[in-house]
Parts: sequence; structure tokens; C-alpha cells
Amino acid sequence: MDSQHAGARDIVYVVRRYNPETDAAPHNKEFTVHVEPGMTVLDGLHQIKSEQDATLVWRFSCRMGVCGSCGMLINGKPMLACNTQIMHVAERILTIGPLPNFEIIRDLVPDLRPMFNRHISGMPNIRRTDVDPKAVPTDEYYQTPEELTRFLQFSYCIKCGCCMAACPTMATDKEYYGPMPLAQFHRYNVDTRDGGFEQRKKIAGGPGGVARCHYAGECSNVCPKGVDPARAIQLMKRNLVFSYLGLIGKKKPCGTIGPDPHAQRMDGVPDAPKYTIEQK
Amino acid sequence: MADPKKYDNRLGLKGWWGGGRWGFERYLYTLHRLTGLGVLSYFVLHIFVTSSRAFGSVAWEQWMGTVAGPFFRVGEFLVVLAFIFHAFNGVRLILIELGFAVGPAEEPIYPYKTSLNTQRPLMIAMMFLAGVAVIVTGYDFWMLH
Repeated sequence: MDSQHAGARDIVYVVRRYNPETDAAPHNKEFTVHVEPGMTVLDGLHQIKSEQDATLVWRFSCRMGVCGSCGMLINGKPMLACNTQIMHVAERILTIGPLPNFEIIRDLVPDLRPMFNRHISGMPNIRRTDVDPKAVPTDEYYQTPEELTRFLQFSYCIKCGCCMAACPTMATDKEYYGPMPLAQFHRYNVDTRDGGFEQRKKIAGGPGGVARCHYAGECSNVCPKGVDPARAIQLMKRNLVFSYLGLIGKKKPCGTIGPDPHAQRMDGVPDAPKYTIEQK
Repeated sequence: MADPKKYDNRLGLKGWWGGGRWGFERYLYTLHRLTGLGVLSYFVLHIFVTSSRAFGSVAWEQWMGTVAGPFFRVGEFLVVLAFIFHAFNGVRLILIELGFAVGPAEEPIYPYKTSLNTQRPLMIAMMFLAGVAVIVTGYDFWMLH
């Protein structure tokens, strides 16, 4: 890159370091990075690792805001390092730390397993109470575009943990499930194909459930995908309250639609390619 | 394999003030908790003071004399402020937590607008009403009595 590029300048990265083998607590270490316009925070970390300190550790994968691996506390705000341009957030100094409210494994790597375990406990998949989906694998479910809209926003979650790091309730309450798992509870609860509401209700209405959220709204503020977990949690509270009061009946999952016996292939549509593996 | 040593990075009470983008609703969240604790503290003190009547009129008069001083007068007004904020913000939270002010799910289009934007008119209205209540109560508290 042309180092004379307009706007290029040195920026001090103040990085929170923690080595479990040698450190009792995290400490800050400074690195000076020559930043060109367009560089992301992740690019700067790579530059430090290749040119200054090969022991710096962080987690990343896709580099384009899809995988959710590089969530960090950047200038005091939970963000994705790959999605954040350095010059948009820093003039001379950029502070970087691991996501709060998680345990630190090393340097900028938080232990996200508690979040994922809670996510799994909410059965994040389509639960059918009537038929085994494996028994009718070729059938499709009925679902209108309006029904899809009820959960589509929440299905964009990439599980980066930024919402958990920003939530003030998470900061003081170890029992609280947190915005990500609870938003995903709601994502499946309102899916018309799903019948797992009664099972998830036990957790969502329990001591670590939605009642602990009092709408600070930071989860929605920091979400890099616009998922709005705070909205999902409030909407689930309503469903739970209405369910306890008997104002809504037990949800019955939508039906399936099999192949149309009267359907005819349109002209010019070729046959599907032959299977490349043997069919049993 | 045993888990390696990890450092607990939970923010604790500090997380009520920072760690995020410092949205206005976060301050309301924290203030709601603090005012709730304040009103609860007043309630406990109130029960304690009024129960002194059970120990005779002398004990009662002594306590009444103590709480009539300027320190308790200011404290009483702070309790009024806390109660007014907690009540109006509480109404906002009840409406929000029953899903009436956050709007339905929508397609996220960048720059993202969230339920915080949807509930903001309600928040402004409730804080305005709380402000009016503070002025009216303050006038009554300090000027008329």
C-alpha cells in the first residue's frame, strides 16, 4: 500500500493481554500501527501479529461480518473487528479488549461456551409434536410471507456475543440466560413450523429467563446484524404472560404440503442430474 | 482434559454504567434500579419510625422531632423524586415488557433501526410527564408546606 496515502497515520493500539500461564490478571500493552484508510481493526491486529508480536491471540474466521468470531470490546463498545474500520472509531488511540461478561481464555479470546450451552438448552431447531420430520422429508411446510416476517429478523443472529457483553443485567447476574439465547428462543417459538413453545416456556419463564430483562436496550444497540434481541425478549414476555393467563391457546404447528399430483413440468425444464452416489 | 485457568471478566456493578454504547435507555435502566432501592429504603425506614408509636407517645414525639429536621426534609423530597421517576418509567416498562411499544419484527436494513426507536416517543412522553409531576410536587412541597 502507498504509505503516503491521504489520511494514513500511526494509531496506538492499546490491547488487553492475558496469558493464563504467566498473568494473574489482564494488563494493557501498546502497539503502534501504521493505518491506511479502509483498514479494519482486524487488519491492524494481523499487522501487529506479523510484524510486532506473534504471541497476540484473538479469534477470527470469515473477515466479512458473517461468522461472528471476532467480537471484541473496541473503544469500550462491543463490535466485530472485521466490520469496523479503524479510522471510523479512532483518531490516535484505539483500545481493544475481550468481550466482557465472559471468562477470558487468553488475550482477546472469550470463552463463549456458557452462551452456546444456554442457546442449545432452548432447543434451537424446529420441534414437531405431530409428525417426525424425518418420516416425511420431501414435504414442505405451509408458511406465509407474513408468518416468515415474525421471526426472520431474529434468525440473522450470528452468535457473536456482542449483545451479551453489552447487557447490564449480564454484568451482575450469573443466572440470566442473556439476550442471544433468549432471542433465539423467541425466533423458534414464533415460527409456525415449530411446536416447542411449551418446552421452552419452562426455561424462558424460569429464574434466569426473560423476567430479568428490563430493557436497557444495549443488546439491540450493539448488534452488528440488526437482530434486535431486546424486541424479541419483550415479544416473548407478552406471549408468556398471555399463555399463563390462558389468553392464547396451545400452538399447533402448521401442516405440510406434499407434491402436487396435478403439477406438470414447464416446457424446457431439464431433468435433474443423476445421483452421484448410490441411493438406498 | 481439564479446562485451563481463565479470568472472570464479568463487569459487575460497573456494567450498569458502561460496557456498551451508553444509550439513554441504559441510564433509565440503572436509575430505575437505584430509585427502586431508594423507595424501598424509605419504606423500611417509614415502617421503623411509625412503629415507634407502639412504644408510647414519648418515643413517637422523639422520632417525629428527629425526622422533622432539614436533613430528613431534603431526603423526603429525594424520595418523592425517586417515586415519580420510578412510577412513570415503570408504566413505560410495563407497556414495553408486554410487547405493546416495541413494534413487530421487521426486516433489518442498514442503518438498523431497532425497537429502541419504536418506543422512544413513549419514553419521551413518560419523562415529560415525570418532569411535570416533579415541578408540581416540588412547588407543593417547598412553597405551600
